Amino acid sequence: MVSLRNHESTAPAPRARRGGGPGAAGRWRALPALVRFPLAALAAFTAVLALTSLTGPAEDLRIGSVGYYMLAIAGLQLLIGYSGQVSLGHGAFMFIGAYTMALLVLHQPAFPLWLNMLLTVVVSCAAGVLVGAATARLHGPYLAGATLALAVGLPALTVRFPELLGGSNGLAFSVRGAPPALAGVVTTSQWQAAAVWLTALVGLVVLATVNAGRLGRRMRALRDDESAAALAGIPVGRTKVTAFLISAGSGGLAGACQAYLLGTATPSSFTVALSLSLLAALVLGGLGSMWGAFWGAVALVYVELWGQELAHSLSLGTNVANNLPIVFFGVLLILVILIWPQGLHGMFSRLAGLVRRGR
Amino acid sequence: MRRPIVTLAGLMAAALLATSCGGAGEVEDGAAADLDVSTGVTDDAITIGTHQPLTGPAAPGYAQISVGHAAVFDYVNDNGGIHGRRIDYVVEDDVYDPARTIEVTRDLVHTEEIFAMLGGLGTPTHSKVIDFLNEEGVPDLFVSSGALMWNRPQEYPLSYGFQVDYTKEAKIQGQYIAENMPDAQVGHLYQNDDVGTDSEAGLNQYVRDMVVASEAYDPGNTDLGPQVAALEEAGADVVVCSCIPAFTALLILEAQRIGYEPQLVVSSIGADTATLTGLLSEFAAEAGTEDLPAEQLLEGMIYTSYLPTVETPDDPWIQLYSDIYDEYADSESPMTNTTVYGMVQATMMAQALMAAGEDLTRQSLIDAVESQDWAGPGMVPFASTPEDHGGFGGALVSQFHAEDEPEVLQEARVTDREGGDITEAEVERPDPGEVEFYGG
Repeated sequence: MVSLRNHESTAPAPRARRGGGPGAAGRWRALPALVRFPLAALAAFTAVLALTSLTGPAEDLRIGSVGYYMLAIAGLQLLIGYSGQVSLGHGAFMFIGAYTMALLVLHQPAFPLWLNMLLTVVVSCAAGVLVGAATARLHGPYLAGATLALAVGLPALTVRFPELLGGSNGLAFSVRGAPPALAGVVTTSQWQAAAVWLTALVGLVVLATVNAGRLGRRMRALRDDESAAALAGIPVGRTKVTAFLISAGSGGLAGACQAYLLGTATPSSFTVALSLSLLAALVLGGLGSMWGAFWGAVALVYVELWGQELAHSLSLGTNVANNLPIVFFGVLLILVILIWPQGLHGMFSRLAGLVRRGR
Repeated sequence: MRRPIVTLAGLMAAALLATSCGGAGEVEDGAAADLDVSTGVTDDAITIGTHQPLTGPAAPGYAQISVGHAAVFDYVNDNGGIHGRRIDYVVEDDVYDPARTIEVTRDLVHTEEIFAMLGGLGTPTHSKVIDFLNEEGVPDLFVSSGALMWNRPQEYPLSYGFQVDYTKEAKIQGQYIAENMPDAQVGHLYQNDDVGTDSEAGLNQYVRDMVVASEAYDPGNTDLGPQVAALEEAGADVVVCSCIPAFTALLILEAQRIGYEPQLVVSSIGADTATLTGLLSEFAAEAGTEDLPAEQLLEGMIYTSYLPTVETPDDPWIQLYSDIYDEYADSESPMTNTTVYGMVQATMMAQALMAAGEDLTRQSLIDAVESQDWAGPGMVPFASTPEDHGGFGGALVSQFHAEDEPEVLQEARVTDREGGDITEAEVERPDPGEVEFYGG
């Protein structure tokens, strides 16, 4: 195995070297990926735990939502940002994940959560292989169209099999909350948010490690020039399908986290709008960096919330109020892309750069 | 470098396992929530909350329910409140999206600290929070949906239904058709969820042999062409419509387009004629045929109901509600039967709060609800006993006339949701002045 250090194709970031020798940032970057990513994830997990200890149950739910959206968007990042395949159907994999989770909890209540999560990943990866193999020959808009069909068609399965999948009312179930031993220390909503974040972070570590290794390099080579990559001996079809598989797995796992957090799987949560929102959030957050997934997820959850609050506070007509959150998101997307083409991640790194230089 | 990797991987795995030891679906029954509390009650206020679709696809029509709630509570507050306490009414918009319902309900319970929930709307939505509300010990009164699920006192001791459930209503429709139109060929158009299956279960008890066609529609697809064509093809001359208002309107328009004129029998959920008139004009305008007189299209429609309607302006409760609506409602649209629906819920909530007395706790509210004599605005008997949380137990059968008040074809009858008989019901309907739902 070749070294696991980060091989970003972009220019190396300028390092802060003012005072204090080689600098903490430099030493941090010198760590191998297998150490660096889990450490970063651990830090992020601690931060989330600290945050949920300050917030109430309603906020915990939103923090949890940011967690699973981040995982779904990160999976999309791998597919679109790194391997250059555009999918408009990632909501379909979240759908598969959510329903797998729901069915496992309802029909196999004795299965522990981690097993359910693993099984969900297996199921959605299998779906990803099927779809990826079928679409590996398609490019650009044709691939997007094929995946879009998946997002449109799949939720209709629930109506086709109402006995098993609960029809348009969906499935509802309860999951085990915080262990009784921790009663009074950790609330169930904190516990669930933490479980979602832990799963999402583990997923993210896998994604980042894949991206930093040989497969990531191959995917970026494919993205930049497919013919050149093929000439260099990279197996084009297999790499594309693998990217699709990993991405589908993260989408499915994100769906499972959503189902676990909300205790429900309902077809109306997995409309085409979800797939398009994931893509828009990815672009808004920033293509080409895992941080983009985080910022995209935060924007997806909170911009919509603020849009709705704004719509209510202005007491507008229903037609206007219905569309205001989307308009809000759209305007933000256009503005950010115009000013910082690298998305919110680009904006924050630019700002951080300015601060550093200003010191 | 080996050691930290191993340690970290071990830590992560341990944390993951710790998060999820034991079956994910094995939920141990916790102790019942403590009801001897007065969460949301202060010396001068009681907080009541609800989740409603104020925006989104379900908002047209249903957004009127919370307008009705708010108007009645304002009226109560201006007339002495509940034993001197004012009602603070909090409505949260869930866009009819179950994921949002879960979020706003937690907000209502934990942040707003509501005393009780009133009329949470929708089967797909409310079914996702019913466990939570019962676990948290929040009285969940008068769910705005006819699903059978609200009436499970053993499982959900704090949830109470409101509207007549779909099976009871369909039994009464079926019996009416069998008795009064014995030669009819019945077609059934239904929504492909519990509205459809529960209605079919009731209908089949009386008209199984008369049904010539059963057609389902999906609420996401507004093309009823194939279904209506199939009903006509099968020769159905009576069509039972277990539909929401938008699809009653679509059925009427599609039938009119192909020149098919069956006798319609519509469930209460889809028969709000004021809403239907609006929808028919709107759809006709979209299709470019404004000259269709909406009221004429509804002429002769048979429907079931259990509340007084705006088409009977002389009813004393409708008179009161009209006055309240004119004075307090924060809405420019006219009062519809959906508004009345919300107003009746609010009236009954206020009745229960009055009966619970000055020392208000969640337990005293539940006791009051379970022993309440519900004589008031409702047209059929209302059940909220410890054994039966079913809400309105039956329906009247009426016929709509464009130029005149609706004609009552059959007085109130009640039944159960199993195979029990349908019986005539005596209903006492006192005037608003005789019912105690406000006062210091």
